[in-house]
Amino acid sequence: MRQHKPKIVWLQAITCNGNTHSLLSSNPSRFELLLNSFNFFYHPSITTENSLEDVLNLKEIDFLLLEGAVTSNKQFYQISDNSINDLLKKVSKKAKYIISVGSCASYGGIHAKFEQNSDIKGLQDILNVWELKKLKQPIINLTGCPVHPEWILQTLFTLKEFGKIGLDMQGRPKDIYFGLAHHGCTRNEYFEWKIEAKSFGHKEGCLFYEEGCRGPMTHSNCNRILWNDVNTKTRAGMPCIGCTEFDFPRDNMLETKKNIGIPSEVPLGINKRAYLTITGVAKTFKIDRLNKKLIE
Amino acid sequence: MSTKELKKNNIIENALKLFSTKGFYNTTIPDIAKAMRMSVGNMYNYFASKEELAKYAIKYSTNILAEQLRKINHMDISSKEKIFLFTKVYLENVKNSPEVIEYFLRVYLSNREVFAQGCEGFLCVSEFVTEVMIFLDEGASKGEFREQDFFSAFSMIMGCLGGFAFLSGEKVLDKDLLEYSDGIAENIFRALKSDETT
Ligand code: SF4
Ligand code: SF4
Repeated sequence: MRQHKPKIVWLQAITCNGNTHSLLSSNPSRFELLLNSFNFFYHPSITTENSLEDVLNLKEIDFLLLEGAVTSNKQFYQISDNSINDLLKKVSKKAKYIISVGSCASYGGIHAKFEQNSDIKGLQDILNVWELKKLKQPIINLTGCPVHPEWILQTLFTLKEFGKIGLDMQGRPKDIYFGLAHHGCTRNEYFEWKIEAKSFGHKEGCLFYEEGCRGPMTHSNCNRILWNDVNTKTRAGMPCIGCTEFDFPRDNMLETKKNIGIPSEVPLGINKRAYLTITGVAKTFKIDRLNKKLIE
Repeated sequence: MSTKELKKNNIIENALKLFSTKGFYNTTIPDIAKAMRMSVGNMYNYFASKEELAKYAIKYSTNILAEQLRKINHMDISSKEKIFLFTKVYLENVKNSPEVIEYFLRVYLSNREVFAQGCEGFLCVSEFVTEVMIFLDEGASKGEFREQDFFSAFSMIMGCLGGFAFLSGEKVLDKDLLEYSDGIAENIFRALKSDETT
């Protein structure tokens, strides 16, 4: 018996292609499994047998994935005379699941900062979910810049097997975004004792006070499901810039905003007064082991 | 507070007076016991050593200030008004219980070796330092204070107040202590304020 392979249609709006690249760099055996388990019906930058015309003729799409921010302004983006908004309004009616892939598709991302066009948005802002009769659950936001390939795979497989995925207040799958990038960071001990990295790219020190690390405020599992199975920003010595959050990209991302040397934001869920007391004390300990190079 | 805590605080209050007048080394546990009308043996039920008492005393005395500053921090007033208020409260402390501030100046700052273990850095004064941090952070985030290094701002406030307590202890001031309050507060404010604030 031939098993039904759910159809995936991937559309692109205003994007740098980063999420596509990310998907293509997923773990090869996982990617193969994806191709074997789903029918990758259409993707504008990957060769498939089908055209956009074929997508429009489809009766039903299992998974509609969008990469990139949307605009109704055809001067800035259009696909064969259609604005992306119009196209999406048509195609979304066919979809059982709609997934915004990446921060731009979710909330507009960096493109929403473009001052010459105030009509750049995330997908959820232009679709009226109540009109989408086939939709089996609210629009899913897979945030990240780019999104981790494993997050796409995990979401697709979960939906294929179980039909539903729990979402948080921002529409992100809870299983993926419940924790913080800070969890699993190899620098946690430096964070505890307030030992700062001297600069980017070092193995030693935490990047919170000086380098703008958003790990303790950013929902993602980067440090538990590593990139390319090997590494993450913070492990490599680059601060987390909070790419999975609603406010990404913020200004001055590699700086920690401070008032008279005191960080203006403290880790999620901690009262500032308590945090300052603890860190003030932690800083006064000088732990030789942590002030040395890890590899001499 | 448990009776034991109350008793401990009572011992501290007596010890502070002796420490701040006779100095740390010239004050003995029997001296403190005598002032308390307690047996020396009983004293040891509360504090195992004079060093332990000294550390407890520094927490006790800075926590008094921390609590006062916390109350001011919670008030819905400008940072300038907070400085004026805190300076006044601080000087009232100096006037009414000089032993508390004197202890800080004469024992804590000058007998560092006593506090080297168990009171490193901010460990024993952290509650107060935290309140100063909160105060500076809020002032700067509202744009009332200008950006600067934490320690230069911190020492501006505490150096100024501590120095004045010292002058008062030396009895060289010609006016009543509280009459200087607004002048000192004004100086502290000017050192911290942002260029736009008047
Ligand atoms: S580098 Fe960032 S994520 Fe890692 S411990 Fe420090 S604050 Fe947390
Ligand atoms: S570490 Fe932070 S910035 Fe980097 S990918 Fe993860 S969430 Fe985004």
